[in-house]
Amino acid sequence: MSKHHVSTTVNGDPVEFLCDTEQSLLDCLRNELGLTGSKEGCGSGDCGACSVLLDGRLVCSCLVLGVEAGGKTVETIEGMATGEELHPLQQKFLEHAALQCGICTPGILIAAKSLLEKNPNPTETETRYWLAGNLCRCTGYDKIIRAVLDAAAEMRKGA
Amino acid sequence: MRYEAPDTLEAAAQLLASESGEARVLAGGTDLLVQLKAEVISPVLLVDIKKVPETRKITEEDGGFRIGSTVTGAELKEHAKLKAAWPGLVEGANLIGSTQVQGRCTLAGNLCNGSPAADSVPAMIAAGAVATVVGPKGRREVKVEDIMIGPRKLSLEKGEIIASFKLPARAAHASDAYLRFIPRTEMDIAVVGCGVSLTLDGSGTCTDARVGLGAVAARPLLVADAAKALIGTKVDEAALTKLEAAVRAACSPIDDKRGTKEFRIDVAGVLARRTALIALERARKK
Amino acid sequence: MQDRVKGPKYDVVGTRPVRPDGADKVTGRAKYGADHHVAGQLAGKVLRSPHPHARLKSIDASAALALPGVKAVVTRDDIKDQASEFVPAGEMLINYRDVVRNVLAREKVLFEGHPVAAVAATSEAIARQALKLIKVEYEVLPHVIDVLDAMKPGAPIVEDGMITQGVTPAPTTPSNVAKRVEFALGDVEKGFKDADVIIERTFDTKPVHQGYIEPHACVASVSEDGTAELWTTTQGHWIVRAHCSRLLGWDITKLRVTSSEIGGGFGGKTVVYMEPLALALSKKARRPVKMVMTREEVFKASGPTSGANIRVKIGAKKDGRITAAEGELKFQAGCFQGSPVQPACMCAFAPYDLENVKVVGYDVLSNRPKVAAYRAPGGPIAEYAVESVVDELCETLGMDPIELRLKNAAKEGTKAAYGPKFGPVGMIECLEAAKDSPHWNAPLGKNQGRGIAAGFWFNIGGETTVNVQLNEDGTVTLMAGTPDIGGLRASLAMMAAEELKIPYEKVRPIIADTASLGYNFLTGGSRSTFSSGMATVEAARSIIKQACGRAAKLWEIPEEAVTFEDGMFRPAGENAGNHKPMSLADIAKVAGKTGGSIVGVGAISAQGAAPSFGVHIADTEVDPETGKVTVTRYTVIQDAGKAIHPAYVEGQYQGGAAQGIGWALNEEYIYGEDGKMQNAGFLDYRIPVASDLPMIETIIVEVPNPRHPYGVRGIGETAIVPPMAALNSAVKRASGVRMFELPLSPPKVLKAMKAAKGK
Repeated sequence: MSKHHVSTTVNGDPVEFLCDTEQSLLDCLRNELGLTGSKEGCGSGDCGACSVLLDGRLVCSCLVLGVEAGGKTVETIEGMATGEELHPLQQKFLEHAALQCGICTPGILIAAKSLLEKNPNPTETETRYWLAGNLCRCTGYDKIIRAVLDAAAEMRKGA
Repeated sequence: MRYEAPDTLEAAAQLLASESGEARVLAGGTDLLVQLKAEVISPVLLVDIKKVPETRKITEEDGGFRIGSTVTGAELKEHAKLKAAWPGLVEGANLIGSTQVQGRCTLAGNLCNGSPAADSVPAMIAAGAVATVVGPKGRREVKVEDIMIGPRKLSLEKGEIIASFKLPARAAHASDAYLRFIPRTEMDIAVVGCGVSLTLDGSGTCTDARVGLGAVAARPLLVADAAKALIGTKVDEAALTKLEAAVRAACSPIDDKRGTKEFRIDVAGVLARRTALIALERARKK
Repeated sequence: MQDRVKGPKYDVVGTRPVRPDGADKVTGRAKYGADHHVAGQLAGKVLRSPHPHARLKSIDASAALALPGVKAVVTRDDIKDQASEFVPAGEMLINYRDVVRNVLAREKVLFEGHPVAAVAATSEAIARQALKLIKVEYEVLPHVIDVLDAMKPGAPIVEDGMITQGVTPAPTTPSNVAKRVEFALGDVEKGFKDADVIIERTFDTKPVHQGYIEPHACVASVSEDGTAELWTTTQGHWIVRAHCSRLLGWDITKLRVTSSEIGGGFGGKTVVYMEPLALALSKKARRPVKMVMTREEVFKASGPTSGANIRVKIGAKKDGRITAAEGELKFQAGCFQGSPVQPACMCAFAPYDLENVKVVGYDVLSNRPKVAAYRAPGGPIAEYAVESVVDELCETLGMDPIELRLKNAAKEGTKAAYGPKFGPVGMIECLEAAKDSPHWNAPLGKNQGRGIAAGFWFNIGGETTVNVQLNEDGTVTLMAGTPDIGGLRASLAMMAAEELKIPYEKVRPIIADTASLGYNFLTGGSRSTFSSGMATVEAARSIIKQACGRAAKLWEIPEEAVTFEDGMFRPAGENAGNHKPMSLADIAKVAGKTGGSIVGVGAISAQGAAPSFGVHIADTEVDPETGKVTVTRYTVIQDAGKAIHPAYVEGQYQGGAAQGIGWALNEEYIYGEDGKMQNAGFLDYRIPVASDLPMIETIIVEVPNPRHPYGVRGIGETAIVPPMAALNSAVKRASGVRMFELPLSPPKVLKAMKAAKGK
């Protein structure tokens, strides 16, 4: 059985790759396109480390088939900064020391970006529930939540 | 493994029906991909139904709603009118997995995955949702409570696909609610789930009720005795006590890694009371 | 966040700069274990035992090898056996006889998930297919999972012929008890006689996993000449080098190990699992081999920590003074000996200044994965039991939990039951800070209760090398060898900058590979900021000394006549002559002409590690109808000695607390009657999610460690020690029921509440 030829848009760039039906979008991003910023922590949608935006919608890329990405847009951590300028969330994560080992960070940043696009002024509780699918084992979430709320405040000022 | 993404359900049904090996419908994929990876299933054909336009939309119909089978949890949440009419159904659907899973998961997938603990199913049962099913022999209507008949077992025939769910029109003072019990605040499978839908008359007397239960038996349940406990009452303390008893009597759960029999029966009653009170409050406000 | 700071003021140390590896980690650029790709690499997969206990009769891999795309298969026949010999490995001992069997089963498979063979193929799909073609003949044996069951006479014996050590006379029949240990001080019998109140309780805990989000992963490449490269996610690449070289019979110098960025370890990445297999496969296949564990494999076949059964007995006078304390700890080791029961015994009563103590521990085998270190190995289990009994003692005596602890608190000069006398320690300071904290004095709501508990961890030093190079423009490159899991590079750069009086941004710290730097013991025992910090200071001071020499040479004065103050090298006083002060950058610029490159090396075996005490306050709300426990407020108070980068110290406190909360409320290995794990995934192995936790308040207490140039104590581990007891006590005070088993899952709590009501 031959592979699928998938044409899609990743971080604004048109890309093509070949994949088998069973390959996840995460697998395709990491192993076919060399975009290893999205991580595989579980492969079952329980940890959120592989979070990407698919047509603007937050998803676990381990729960999407590569072939399903055809004709869609995919946004990953590699596309979050603009040129040399970090996204305010990235900047606030650094300032608040909101990462320790950093393996969950790409997924959390993508998820938080998606939150702030929908809700520019989330409460602490809303933020915690939105990010409940992003496991972090190092930080106890405290500094992550503070960084997201601070970035939201800064982005509202800038808006 | 072949992948097909036809643009009609009839074509999809044909593909599924004519495949001699194991074939699966791909909707949101949030259960299917996990089972594929774990090699719980090894189909030779996946039929993606998301390119079928009728499965992708929410429409108003006969004063109620028709929800396409591949509409995601996130899309349900964003539909203000649906959420106002059926808040319990939407909250049940929104409890499936994480925000990320919400971006993909569907009511049809949650039902057809065949888990007795599916969050949206007791809410759909309480809502009186009816599925439109497309198969090689044409279309038919099936009540949601009649679709799942046991763990991983459906009453659907080979090649049959859920096209949409029909929710009935809502009376003036009617609403619903769904609660589940999980050990954490998110991300767990329901240990007990309970959906309650209520209709009140102008005086606040309950004229109609439906109670759906999940994770307390081999399949999600519609508990007629629980509804009877509420109908004709003001949903007062006496009625709620009867409701608790009726719900507990309907439970036949198992001991497993997520909870004990005793706990499930006990908490089912607690949840039923709490859910009914939320539905009552909502119905009164309408 | 409130800091209780003492001691000197620094320019850089104690500030909160952005970490040097930060930008790469927020942009996805940082390369973790599974992110490395080598041209021509093969995919390696492991065949694992479906049985918890079976004799391994035969393995036939011929069909797998015949599958197109399969390049190599490794079985027990490819790896030489090792004799039984215990060698020190940090805080624990390891036995290479067991390491070789843990990597690949030999006579028997000892747990579900035990590796039986490994395959390398051109794709992962082919490798998986090949695993199914390997024919393995098992003779299934009865298994034993629970620690108390494993200790019963007649239990299935995990290690044939094992005789308990530490018992005289030695037993004549084999058992699953590998070892008995005992620590004693004074006379407990007399102490209990003197007591007005005695409380004796037994507790049970379940094994819990470290739960790092990054699965184990490595890439091995062995050349035709026998030299090899290994890229792996590890807490100690020199340890990986040592274990792999030993198992494969190679000269150490042949193997160069690079540690990737590490996605969490918590002790779990201090052992080798796939690395020797990847190297063996690569050697056979003559191709690089990449191996990545699935999450299921991580749960089933990498070390959790022990589950345990613990009996604690404490006697006290009416005034709260403890007269005697006794403990009996039975720890699951998994399928090979080496549970953390010894440190647990040593830790158990360490927060207290006691005259009469006796602690006995048993190291017990069962058909589970061999345990690995997990953050303060053994400490949380022991302290959960001890601090729960202390809380009951407070209730029984009607005493405030802080006052009773203050009355018995360990202090400078206290002789610990395990031997040493404490130097300056912060137990009393932590208790005082707790007493003054806003949290301790806040009101509670309905169905809420507040618990408090203390914790302790030893902390270690050990072999450490740091290399600091002064670059020609005055900037500095710092090479350390303890993998950076959560801000180490920032802390080392800060200490280097402080010593060299240059801006923090002028220091670039990296984690070097095993061929580029002298030996480093692993990141563990809360040692890396302490030990690598000490080596960094030594290396930096060597640079200053060398720079003084260069200035002296230029100025043609004796080296002693050059001083270094405020970042400038100056002649010391009038007699040294009138020379223009030089900066480090000035010296760097002329280094080539004054003797060559300036490099400072700190190669030490770090001594003087000091313990860190902590006190946690937890508020919980218990749903009276469902038994569900919600943590409503949480505060960590802990002695850091000196917080180099306070934000990362707070992060350790918060992270340790969160792991402890998970351990207390929901986490556990669940086994069926068939001896198989039922919850090997993040769906049902329930670690805390963001919505489960409140903000975690922190109070950094600083009682400097006199043996470290900046007063540093290790802080990473103590933070996980108090939470289980703090929550257990909070649940008691919220619900009226005292629980004796972890986790405090809703079915258990509800059952206890109903039973209490029924009485």
